[in-house]
Amino acid sequence: MTEPLIYELSVPGREGVKPPKLDVPPSELPAELFRAELPLPEASEVDVVRHFTHLSHLNYSLDEGMYPLGSCTMKYNPRVNEVAARMPGFTGLHPLQPEETVQGALYLMYHLQEALRKIGGFAGVTLQPAAGAHGELTGVLIMRKYQLDRGETQRDTILVPDSAHGTNPASTHMCGLRAVQVPSDERGNVDLDALQSLVGEHVVGLMLTNPNTLGLFDENIKEVVALVHGCGGLVYGDGANMNALLGVMRPGDAGIDVLHFNLHKTFSTPHGGGGPGSGPVGVVERLVDFLPGPIVAQDAELSDDEAPYFTFVMPPKSIGPVKSFWGHFGVLARAYTYIRMLGEKGLRRAAEHAVLNANYLLSRIKDVYPLPYDRICMHEFVVAGHFAAAPGVRALDIAKRLIDYGVHPPTNYFPLIVHEALMMEPTETESKQSVDAYADILLKIAEEAQTHPELLHDAPHNTPVRRMDEVRAARKPVLRYQRET
Amino acid sequence: MVYIPHTDEERQEMLASIGVERMEQLFNDIPEQYRYPTLGLTEPVSEMEILEELQELSAANLNANDVPTFLGAGAYRHWVPSVVDAIISRGEFFTAYTPYQPEISQGTLQAIFEYQSMICDLTGMEVSNASHYDGATATAEAVIQAVNVFRLKRKKIVLAPTVNPQYRAVVRTYTQGMGLEIVGDEDPTLPLAEVVKLVDENTAGLIIQSPNFLGEIEDLSGLADEVHRRGKKALLAVVANPLSLGLLTPPGAFGADIVMGEGQPLGLGLNFGGPYLGFYTTRRKYVRQIAGRVVGETVDVEGKRGYVLTLSTREQHIRREKATSNICSNQGLTMLAATVYLEALGKQGLRKIAELNYHKAHYAAHEIAALEGYEIVNVRPFFNEFVVRCPAPVDEINHFLLEDTAYTIIGGYDLGRDYPHLANNMLVAVTEMNSREEIDDFVAALAEFQVTGGYHD
Repeated sequence: MTEPLIYELSVPGREGVKPPKLDVPPSELPAELFRAELPLPEASEVDVVRHFTHLSHLNYSLDEGMYPLGSCTMKYNPRVNEVAARMPGFTGLHPLQPEETVQGALYLMYHLQEALRKIGGFAGVTLQPAAGAHGELTGVLIMRKYQLDRGETQRDTILVPDSAHGTNPASTHMCGLRAVQVPSDERGNVDLDALQSLVGEHVVGLMLTNPNTLGLFDENIKEVVALVHGCGGLVYGDGANMNALLGVMRPGDAGIDVLHFNLHKTFSTPHGGGGPGSGPVGVVERLVDFLPGPIVAQDAELSDDEAPYFTFVMPPKSIGPVKSFWGHFGVLARAYTYIRMLGEKGLRRAAEHAVLNANYLLSRIKDVYPLPYDRICMHEFVVAGHFAAAPGVRALDIAKRLIDYGVHPPTNYFPLIVHEALMMEPTETESKQSVDAYADILLKIAEEAQTHPELLHDAPHNTPVRRMDEVRAARKPVLRYQRET
Repeated sequence: MVYIPHTDEERQEMLASIGVERMEQLFNDIPEQYRYPTLGLTEPVSEMEILEELQELSAANLNANDVPTFLGAGAYRHWVPSVVDAIISRGEFFTAYTPYQPEISQGTLQAIFEYQSMICDLTGMEVSNASHYDGATATAEAVIQAVNVFRLKRKKIVLAPTVNPQYRAVVRTYTQGMGLEIVGDEDPTLPLAEVVKLVDENTAGLIIQSPNFLGEIEDLSGLADEVHRRGKKALLAVVANPLSLGLLTPPGAFGADIVMGEGQPLGLGLNFGGPYLGFYTTRRKYVRQIAGRVVGETVDVEGKRGYVLTLSTREQHIRREKATSNICSNQGLTMLAATVYLEALGKQGLRKIAELNYHKAHYAAHEIAALEGYEIVNVRPFFNEFVVRCPAPVDEINHFLLEDTAYTIIGGYDLGRDYPHLANNMLVAVTEMNSREEIDDFVAALAEFQVTGGYHD
């Protein structure tokens, strides 16, 4: 089952949805400016609806079943969030309208800033960054500018643990800084001796993912933070794994100076097939002036107890805006709705059950799947996707075989420090039954690896397409529809 | 508990399987002094209550769809066909992740492939990525691509002053650690013909916009050649309005090396500024310098056609600090909206929408030009946005339009905010959404402001 390209469904002369008629006198169209040809497809509205409906059937989605991609936090996307984001007074709002005409939107943004500030234990929050990696870029720029502002111009290095997401070193590089890798110790924590030898007056800061990408809470967090602060550096928290910490720990309390939140992970906004996300950044007091802006503040003069008045302000030493306008407002409205509905207690319960589900799944499979670090995990864990008794089977084969059983594979080949890694994050919105079913499938596949390894090698068997020739795609890239000539 | 399915009994069974008694024991690795702080958040509310609250917040805004609006400046009120939201509301699309497992993600992958194809055709370019956050960040990535093409050996970027001021600010934010020399927009009045002369052998690229921030369609003929000649193969990057390309000869046909911009006009609501969609296209020879996700066609083990994320050796999860960008997402759902929009309108529909914008904007400009005290400033042709020199500060006029007339109109953008020499100049956007009646009311209100002498209580 595959679907033709829209170009292959196109019929010359066929019209799609119809624009309105012109109701003003036409002006002259200067022919020299205009294109002769517009080679877009020609399809009817019903063609288009069927085309995308067919395409939708080729996707696996969270609505269909468990999607335990480690580090991605594929929790249920509440439908009320969608209603929230589609309120007409939100969707129809121009970002440059006078402030007095957008007070409802500013109220929502201000209170979301406040909620994230409280959840993270920070002094200030910007909602502008568009994604997690964008939040990282923002955070590193803030750290850099802070160091420059206090005259520490020699600082040019960001320390990045070897378990970190690839975005950490990439963001560092974009800021013109050097990324230096810090090894992990035998318990999966940052290696303190190594860190000790790497800190110094050249360090802008350290980027710490905690819980780290092994799903382990760094037991040395106090020592790590003390070492970095001791050399005049700042500690960046990669908030990709905040789902383990909601209401359980505020990163700001532990000395994290700057952290990005992923609203599309932790706060239930949909991943949308790759975006749009949202990556607000929280900072401690000494970094508040460097936030990108503008951010929303309450205007003391124009406010009274009955009616607060909100306004945009630019922080005085801001790194500048990191995108157009104010952030992904539609995503912010969804996250606001989620936080309001869960409240303080609900957020803590979410974190607890995320950690419960991960540890439960781990407890069900750890006798069969090699576990590099045998500890209580946080919201996710990493096992090795290979078996001594089935040397030909790789993590990729296990992942593809999971598809045959109608569930989504975990993240594979990340983090890089675990050989044949399978990284699993069930999230709190999966029931015991669905976690059990997933564990049963994993155990069955481990058995098949020994008895019928070809089932794994050839998997998946019943999907719309089977294993793809990725080498061919990269060697001879075909990146757009090729017209017959 | 909201969205948590566990019963007490199940919880106990699970804890027992793990080998602990209480939930709290799962968090023993966290230093005790940090554990379980009081956050000070509000009490939980039900769906019914939150919807009531959100409706109030929504109603506390002035919905630009409820009143005549002539505000653009980078975000535009356009018609979004019903089919767009119907498709992007399907859970199969919006609850899926980035398509890492191609066997079960062909829906998203093929949609991206169709998007890339249509964006290439629209811009006249050869390759497109699967999208950026918005027009401003796409512009910043164009600067980074230009610098990367010259392996960081050329540090100079020429930026025309008529590029959207927000985009220019974001370029500076992104590149503040890269040691670049960004020139060209210090003098906001410098015409493009003079800006081009700043391109030299140390220049990695020239960034311009057409239609530019003041609405004018730039003369692109010969420009790419001049940039390539003066700058010894320096890149020409053009910010474009994709809807205007339903009508205008695309920058790709003039030899541009990168064409990028804001995709919001293609079927995305105003949404108070986001999420939007940055589109990004370049030449085939630069495909390995492009940032972000790219989808390519290939075959499966049985020879069946299919689509995959490809060229990932450019990307952060493989190359880490050597990656072309730190991007690890695209704007999946807004990209899908633009794809549905382009396919639903198709060849004829997009052209008609673009024509409606053109004719209505010119009708409005013609009518305003006839008013005493107002003048159309643009000397070059424009698409759907133009500059009006007003007899008073723009914020006074806008206040009058919104509050003091019988009309309640959201006026245009105050160009004095970004261009000191354009104080009292209003950037007016007219789209297919503005009926003749709205335009006539706008013109009448402007005339009335002039007659009554403006704002008074």
